[in-house]
Amino acid sequence: MTILAFAGGVLAATWRMATPLIFASVGEVFAERSGVINLGLEGIMLLGAFGAYAVTFYTGSLWLGVLAALAIGLLLGLLFALFTVTIKANQIVVGVALNLVGSGVSGFLFRSIFLNSDFPSLNIVSFNNMSIPILSRIPFIGPVLFQTNMLVYLTVFLVPLASFLLYKTSFGLSVRTVGEHPKAADTMGVSVSRIRYVCVVAGSMLAAVGGASLTLAFANQFVEDMVSGRGFIALAAVVFGAWSPWGATGASLLFGAFYALQLRVQAMNNVLLPYQFLQVLPYVATILALVSIRNRAQSPKALGVPYQS
Amino acid sequence: MTNPILRMENIVKTFPGVVANRGVSLEVARGEVHALLGENGAGKTVLMSVLYGLFPPDSGEILLGGQPVSIHSPKDAIDHKIGMVHQHFMLEPTLTVAENIILGQYPPFAVLNRKRMGEVHDRIRRLSEEFELAIDPVAYVQTLSVGEQQWVEILKVLYHGADLLILDEPTAVLTPQETARLLKFLRDLVQKGMTAIFISHKLEEVMQVSDRVTVLRDGQVIGTCETRETNPRELARMMVGRDVLVDLPRRSSTSGEPVLVVRNLRVRDARGLPAVKGVSLMVREGEIVGIAGVSGNGQTELALALAGLSDDFDFDEIMLANQSLTKKQLLNLDQFQTAHIPEDRQKMGVILPFSVAENFVIEEFRGSRFSRLGFLRRQAIHDYSLDLVRKFGIRVASVNDEIANLSGGNQQKVVVARELERHPRFLLVNQPTRGIDVGATEFVHRQILEERQEGTAILLISTDLEEVFALSDRILVMFEGKIVGELPPDRSLLEEAGLMMAGNRR
Repeated sequence: MTILAFAGGVLAATWRMATPLIFASVGEVFAERSGVINLGLEGIMLLGAFGAYAVTFYTGSLWLGVLAALAIGLLLGLLFALFTVTIKANQIVVGVALNLVGSGVSGFLFRSIFLNSDFPSLNIVSFNNMSIPILSRIPFIGPVLFQTNMLVYLTVFLVPLASFLLYKTSFGLSVRTVGEHPKAADTMGVSVSRIRYVCVVAGSMLAAVGGASLTLAFANQFVEDMVSGRGFIALAAVVFGAWSPWGATGASLLFGAFYALQLRVQAMNNVLLPYQFLQVLPYVATILALVSIRNRAQSPKALGVPYQS
Repeated sequence: MTNPILRMENIVKTFPGVVANRGVSLEVARGEVHALLGENGAGKTVLMSVLYGLFPPDSGEILLGGQPVSIHSPKDAIDHKIGMVHQHFMLEPTLTVAENIILGQYPPFAVLNRKRMGEVHDRIRRLSEEFELAIDPVAYVQTLSVGEQQWVEILKVLYHGADLLILDEPTAVLTPQETARLLKFLRDLVQKGMTAIFISHKLEEVMQVSDRVTVLRDGQVIGTCETRETNPRELARMMVGRDVLVDLPRRSSTSGEPVLVVRNLRVRDARGLPAVKGVSLMVREGEIVGIAGVSGNGQTELALALAGLSDDFDFDEIMLANQSLTKKQLLNLDQFQTAHIPEDRQKMGVILPFSVAENFVIEEFRGSRFSRLGFLRRQAIHDYSLDLVRKFGIRVASVNDEIANLSGGNQQKVVVARELERHPRFLLVNQPTRGIDVGATEFVHRQILEERQEGTAILLISTDLEEVFALSDRILVMFEGKIVGELPPDRSLLEEAGLMMAGNRR
């Protein structure tokens, strides 16, 4: 294998591996810019992954699966916002609880519906790679950018849209103010809780779709706890990306590159390292990334603080 | 009344454990400056917050131009042409002036493109010219001075077409010159037919600017009077409920040996920028040296360094009671008989979730007086606390109550009591009366003067020029990290001090 082919392989997998992180972290940018930290991303992604899988399994429709993930994200987002915005409970505690619920419920349902069943196969048909005509045949760049599946392509539209919403619309101005100085927003007639509800719910829906991409676009099966820390890495990507949609995307791609790298290295049969060491790579990269920026990025000032008028 | 623009009738507003407004009625005529006078905690801000839709009242009615209205949110208030300039800035520093002004005024998905923002900028510029304000709509708020930010707040209200303006202690952050300008501006505004409600606890300003005054005390209206038919003494009595000595008697004292000598102190602020740029000063026994200045000119950092609480500072020499201190000694000041009444009572002065008694002994609890073999001597602490509560007239149900439940004035008395009981040789006092009522202010001032009488060297830092003039023997004016001049505490020099505070050297 030439170096170029190896690099191409890593890069092509990078975007794919980053996709769940991009969905989750771009959504979380909105929640955090409005002042709510959703530590429950992991649990939301897991339930999104399971819900999408189950619906697709029974209906055979991938897009119904995506819709199911959106619905699950909506419900979990409303639940999270109810506790953190309306009831003003501690955001960290509610987030951790959501993760436990996500892991427990998805595991329980998966075992009771699928594992102890007599379905001949638990596989679903996942999103196909779509080659974009002509462009996909460009050497090196073609396979890296133009031969992947719909959910991955979706991120191309998601990120600019998110950035536009946050920085160029009246809504975005309200979101940014609510996360920094909620009282100022309140005195101008902006409803702090409405903005926070919208951001938390939207963020949760995106995270659920990010989870769904794991079952619908990469594996063609659900596996218990298959999100394996991606929710937390997405949270780190938000910080590393300095709370901007493009920044979070860049950070997601960086972490995605480490996932891709370890996959590729594992696939080479002349590597003597135990595979567990390689699997650790994305997480080590996350920790190093966070340590390196400790003092630089400015978090929204009202992050984590319930608003009392 | 001929033409009331606003009537509030029997407004009752309670918070858990506190009745803030107990049936307040207020009538404001069109085209007047109506002052709302009262001590902190009298219910002025709550009443205006109810009017502005920030809290719903428990009961009561609001009539605008004779029509009953219901105002459930600031949005409703803005729609009714009510604007409010809040006591604390309601501006987001990382946004531009224009962004702060248009916040929440467009439907969510309205695009803030160049065209729309251009129109907004033009409108702000026109308005700014009309009122002679010189505000740049594209400037980021964090680059503006405190005074300029206050004008942005006012411009924001005008931009939204308010004809009833509420200003909640708008002069608290201004220099005397800026204050004079604001008061004149308010007079011009009512000339143009607008109406202003001016909240304050400063008697001179109320006398100067208002047509009528309503005095609140303990959530009740004490009375409303025509400003020109009343006087400061009467207003003060209405405010506090008894006679107050506006000017404290000052006994002369012969100041003695230098206790604190500072040569060329440099301090950096939290962001690592130079905040104190070479300050030298001296305080003698039995002398109060006042440091005047607009907040944010290095006073905070100066105080932190002298209290041994800064970690980014340097000096040529600091002598305390004839002993030259090293940097390390300065960081462990406790042993040198110094005391510090800090600027931010709630952050540095007390520990809010702790009881009053715990706050009293927080600096001394390890000593044998209050602990034995690592156990606290509860009885000794209790007795000591009761003693201080009586001596300093602190209003508290039990010394075991959380200090967070006390009023600001009583919290400050706890800090003052604790620090003065150390019987210091050098006392550093920073903003001792910020946000506390007239009664407590008078008490704190008396205590500081008494301490001077006992020979303590006192350095008083305050942004309240009146306070500095009332207490000090000598006044140093601080501007942009430097001492720019020294004045005797002669009231005829107030204006001069104001000019120096704004950076005009004499």
